Amino acid sequence: MARVTLIWLALASAICVPIAAAGTSPLLAWRDPVYILACFAGIIALGLVLVQPLLIGGYLSGLSAYRGRRIHHWIGGALVVAVVVHVGGLWITSPPDMIDALLFVSPTPFSPWGVIAMWAIFAVAALAALRRRLGLRAQTWRIVHMPLAIIIVAGSVVHAMLIEGTMETISKAALCALVLAASVKVMADLRVWRKRTTSREESIARQ
Amino acid sequence: MTTVLLNRRNLLAAGGCVLATGVSGLLLPARAQGVVPTASMPGGANNYFKGAPTVDRIGKGGFWMSGTVRRAGDGAPLAGQRIQIWAHTTEGREHEPQSHGATLTDKNGAFRLEMPQIIPIFGQPHGHLAYDSGEFKTVFLRPVMRSAKDTSLEAHFVLQPV
Repeated sequence: MARVTLIWLALASAICVPIAAAGTSPLLAWRDPVYILACFAGIIALGLVLVQPLLIGGYLSGLSAYRGRRIHHWIGGALVVAVVVHVGGLWITSPPDMIDALLFVSPTPFSPWGVIAMWAIFAVAALAALRRRLGLRAQTWRIVHMPLAIIIVAGSVVHAMLIEGTMETISKAALCALVLAASVKVMADLRVWRKRTTSREESIARQ
Repeated sequence: MTTVLLNRRNLLAAGGCVLATGVSGLLLPARAQGVVPTASMPGGANNYFKGAPTVDRIGKGGFWMSGTVRRAGDGAPLAGQRIQIWAHTTEGREHEPQSHGATLTDKNGAFRLEMPQIIPIFGQPHGHLAYDSGEFKTVFLRPVMRSAKDTSLEAHFVLQPV
């Protein structure tokens, strides 16, 4: 029980501390509500990117594999909403800067990373929504989802780290490190790059 | 009739020639022309609007934007050139009129305008400058501050006659 509480507390602080730290940023004084909303939607999105591998890896105690997977789907949807609010808010704040970013002609080095991660998030969400209709098997789904997941994680982390914005540097770096660590761990644990053997093949191999 | 031999040796030789002329082509004209014109920076024109008023100071000041304006080729300083400046500052956002102002270069081609402190926006603390008066080709610059705490920023123009 103590372990369960500890894990959930650690997750809550990994996400809430950077949000709270950004809330004390002096930059907020010179930003209007729409821009501030866009900033925080981005920070929340980064937090959600941390939750995703933890859910699928079954590291959050107290959740069954089935529940973890269901919540992973919902968080994926929330991630799409957060990214739309982030991009939409920035568009309202300064349309030419946002258009430059979306067209990959922005002078800021972090923009393409964010835009690429955004398209990867949209692609995963669209494929997940259509998975049944497209008749994607588990193996095919994994082959499609894993490279996109890597793009989302790498893109989001580089995007966040290069930005000089409302996020406080240390809590931002810690959150990014956790996102990377959780993603690497889940991929190693689930051996996502290996061809899945069915339990029957395994039992034959063992004989 | 001649046959074109496309073997590896010919290809390498031809490739080498192209590379050699290409690279020297990139390097030599710069030397021949002297001072090369400044190119507009990506995003430099964002939130620009024509005809910002010439002012002694933008808002309450506290931050210095400075630079020089020279002519392409001989590098001669250009006096009396109008440089427009705007940025996201403590007193307003980039697209707001109070964030815009213009100044003229002195006889040494230098300009210097006091403005409010620049605040990071869109992930970088940066300012915008424009030369857009017609006599020379229009140039938009978007210099980035080394640190958001800096209280000054420089940008230099080399203009090309139209």
